[in-house]
Amino acid sequence: MRLRTFLAALTVPALALGAAACSSGTSTSGAGGAGTSGATPATLTYWASNQGTSLDNDKQVLTPVLDAFTKQTGVKVNLEVIGWNDLQTRIQTAIASGSGPDVLNIGNTWASSLQASGAFLPYDAAAMTAIGGKDKFVKAALDTGGMAGKDVTSVPLYGLAYGLYYNKAMFKAAGLNPPTTWEDMVTAAKKLTDPAKKQYGFALAAGSYTENVHFAFINGSQDGGSWFDTSGKPTFTSDENVKGVMRYLDLMQTDKVVNPSNAQYDNGTKAVNDFATNKVAMILNQNNADNSIVSNGMKTSDYGVVPFPSPTGGTKIATFIAGINLSIMKNTKNKDAALKFVNFMTSPATQKTLGKPFSSLPVLQGETPVFTDNAEEAKTFQDIYANMSKPLPLVAAEDQFESTVGKAMNSMFAKIATGGTISSEDVKSGLKDAQDQVSAATGS
Amino acid sequence: MLPYVLLAPAVVMELLIHIIPMFVGIWMSFVRLTKFFLANWSEAPWAGLGNYRLAVDVNSSIGRGLLMSFGVTLAFSICALALSWGLGMAAAIALQQPFRGRGVVRTLFLVPYALPAYAGILTWNFMLQRDTGLVNHVLADNLHLITDRPFWLLGGNAFASIVTVAVWRLWPFAFLTIMAGLQSIPTELYEAASVDGANNWRQWRSITLPSLRPVNLVLVLVLFLWTFSDFNTPYVLFGTAQPPAGDLISFHIYNASFLTWNFGSGAAMSVLLLLFLLVVTAAYLLITNRRSRRA
Amino acid sequence: MRETTPFKAFRAVVIAVLGLFTLIPLYAMITAALKPLRDVQGNFTWWPSSLTTAPFVDMWSTVPLARYFANSVIVSVSATAASVALAILAAFAVSRFTFRGRSVFTTTVLSTQMFPGVLFLLPLFLIFTNINSATGIQLVGSRLGLIITYLTFTLPFSIWMLVGYFDSIPRELDEAAMVDGCTPLGALWRVVLPAARPGVIAVAIYSFMTAWGEVLFASVMTNDANRTLAVGLREYSTQTNVYWNQIMAASLVVSIPVVVGFLLAQKSFVAGVTAGAVK
Repeated sequence: MRLRTFLAALTVPALALGAAACSSGTSTSGAGGAGTSGATPATLTYWASNQGTSLDNDKQVLTPVLDAFTKQTGVKVNLEVIGWNDLQTRIQTAIASGSGPDVLNIGNTWASSLQASGAFLPYDAAAMTAIGGKDKFVKAALDTGGMAGKDVTSVPLYGLAYGLYYNKAMFKAAGLNPPTTWEDMVTAAKKLTDPAKKQYGFALAAGSYTENVHFAFINGSQDGGSWFDTSGKPTFTSDENVKGVMRYLDLMQTDKVVNPSNAQYDNGTKAVNDFATNKVAMILNQNNADNSIVSNGMKTSDYGVVPFPSPTGGTKIATFIAGINLSIMKNTKNKDAALKFVNFMTSPATQKTLGKPFSSLPVLQGETPVFTDNAEEAKTFQDIYANMSKPLPLVAAEDQFESTVGKAMNSMFAKIATGGTISSEDVKSGLKDAQDQVSAATGS
Repeated sequence: MLPYVLLAPAVVMELLIHIIPMFVGIWMSFVRLTKFFLANWSEAPWAGLGNYRLAVDVNSSIGRGLLMSFGVTLAFSICALALSWGLGMAAAIALQQPFRGRGVVRTLFLVPYALPAYAGILTWNFMLQRDTGLVNHVLADNLHLITDRPFWLLGGNAFASIVTVAVWRLWPFAFLTIMAGLQSIPTELYEAASVDGANNWRQWRSITLPSLRPVNLVLVLVLFLWTFSDFNTPYVLFGTAQPPAGDLISFHIYNASFLTWNFGSGAAMSVLLLLFLLVVTAAYLLITNRRSRRA
Repeated sequence: MRETTPFKAFRAVVIAVLGLFTLIPLYAMITAALKPLRDVQGNFTWWPSSLTTAPFVDMWSTVPLARYFANSVIVSVSATAASVALAILAAFAVSRFTFRGRSVFTTTVLSTQMFPGVLFLLPLFLIFTNINSATGIQLVGSRLGLIITYLTFTLPFSIWMLVGYFDSIPRELDEAAMVDGCTPLGALWRVVLPAARPGVIAVAIYSFMTAWGEVLFASVMTNDANRTLAVGLREYSTQTNVYWNQIMAASLVVSIPVVVGFLLAQKSFVAGVTAGAVK
């Protein structure tokens, strides 16, 4: 502890600079960065999100990569892996206090909301060049980096997409083919549901507001809905959105292919457990579920993946563009080093190294996924990611959209599970409530 | 001079950690501290009473949500407080006289309090699961009381669940405090009462309760304040799948601030909560003080 | 109280009911810690179909449990010691002296107990970072910051509880000691504290447990070098899996020292009884 106090004392001048930037809100990081990066080797603080099987696993995977970066550039990297429970609060307090990391991971759905805080460095033309040019990224993935029409404040790092995982043996036993339309999917699910044997066609994380909002968005989009208009005003209650949400809720309510207990599933891993133990025939999950499924004892050859199907005549949207993005704090004192680091992390070599352990899709043009040995699965996911995806709303209020609509979905599922019924009218009024809250918060 | 010296360290810490941050918090409640101003919060625009108006407007969903959460929390607090105090008192009395194995029982009773909150509450989450939990297993498979397994963490039952879990974690504390208070009651008092022929019930009424008064006064108030601002229990028990019947106000405000990034509005809700608790406490102290003066 | 038959019956019922209420969750916890992960996720059964001690081995590597444990011990013990010491001084002043500002102090202190933690999480964080940049004392991401935060959390209630205990000790006792030549502090040390020992122990246990279990502030103010157990345990729930059995195993293991501490504190309760009886 004494040593730490001593070190802290050494860094006072630097910290004072950081605090000045925090309270004034205007940053002069560029100049400071240029001064320090030449003579003394800079040290970057990097906040990584949890991608692997444990925080320690993340550390083991990242350390050699970071060492390679240090060897290449002389820049040291202080790594801290932060669990999802804490990441958002940590980022918020870091932004408020101006004392945070230099480079950090964010869930890409937060990109626009975090951009609005003004705490992140915009990747302007010069910065973009420094990290290898915007053309190296998959365009749709880069678009998630911030609000439309502004310089992005985050760039994609790990790509993720939803797929419909199905149990090959169960499908075969029932004489079914993997579904290509919503109607097929429901028929198959019904056939595979047998409550007496505690077997269900589907498991959903119906108690997780983040999962729920993703599927409110995807299903609404399949029916042609959009959640914000071009001026950024919420349009949650459109008929298309209501229809899409209703369709998703009906998997539990009228189709009865989802165990009502799923309303308590507040994270994705519970649904994965059911799937891996053959209790359910299908789950909806992002491609990094592979790790969980395998760690729960199912072999990669036992399951297949197809795009989450749309209803006949609907728009073919199977996922939103999910993933993890990389941002630089505006008040970093090591801007140059930070840019070098981002460039390094989004280089083809690093993407290849990390793609497998973190089960991520490449965010770079022309790269092939390495997260699975199953070529068919890789192809399916890449196809979904590139051709059947739509970004979540790129507006500042995205975070509020997530929490309010997600929570509304939670309570609707809860009502269904506990024996109530949800009509289209109820969906509409639930979404109206959410919309009111977003309007109140944004003042629109 | 001496009393001030004795108080000084406590005052300094209170100022640094409680009072000053509280004033910052109150300031926050008057500005529009949303994500747009989080990085340069000193420039956040003045909102006047705007945040408060939003919080108390029961026609808007935000105001309605807060009011409901407040009602649930009040009911939760009263139930958890009454049960914790009652169980704690019963156990302290039961263990007042020495008997074989008293030390073991006493330690056992304190174990729920010694476990990390996260683990204890998570265990209950486990036990209360609909399909796989212990509670339904006992009710349906062992006792055959029910055929249709109820949800304990969703819908109305969630209230009973959260009260039970909070009591499980809290009553040992009431037990501990009352037990400590019992130790300072001179045994001579009981002996004299016994000679006078007072039975146990009367002894409890006329000796134990009055002697415990100073301890109870504080204990009841503190249990109320704790349960009212309980954060851990709903946070761990329900996770993000938080049912309205378990929507305790601290967690509600936390969500209002951090989940929607509206720190100004969250601060306004906190200040309202603070005012409510202040009023309750003041009333409580006034009433209890008057009574003790009369006595 | 006499050991009448109704009293014995009352005692038996209380012990049975509360014993079950306490033990059943403990049993669920212990068996969960001894089951393979897949069984934990499956239906609850009273008798585990297979037992394994693997969670007790794996828990050390999934999460740096030993480090978090050490952090928790350091933070909780320091915060408790400091909080109890400050509370004793303040409570003694309030209980035994009349001075200007006494009621202001007591009401202010009590009112701080009402601040919703959520209200000052962000302000406190800001103040700590500003202290950091002004003086170089690192309070965010250090054990010191947590220690002073927790000690202050428990201070109001500790003071109030101790005032209650001190008030219940007859003033004649310390007045007698002062007649014998003790200073007020001497009377506190020699007379009041020994008599109030059970109360002090109760307050210490409360302080310790508050620091030991606090999640909200620790989740924001710590990094992986100084994270405490209360937050660290959540790391068993990861992106890919929730290691329920390891959570339970880890919780049980880290609770053993606390329970042993409680057992030792029992002796002080007994000592308190005798001290109170000697008049």
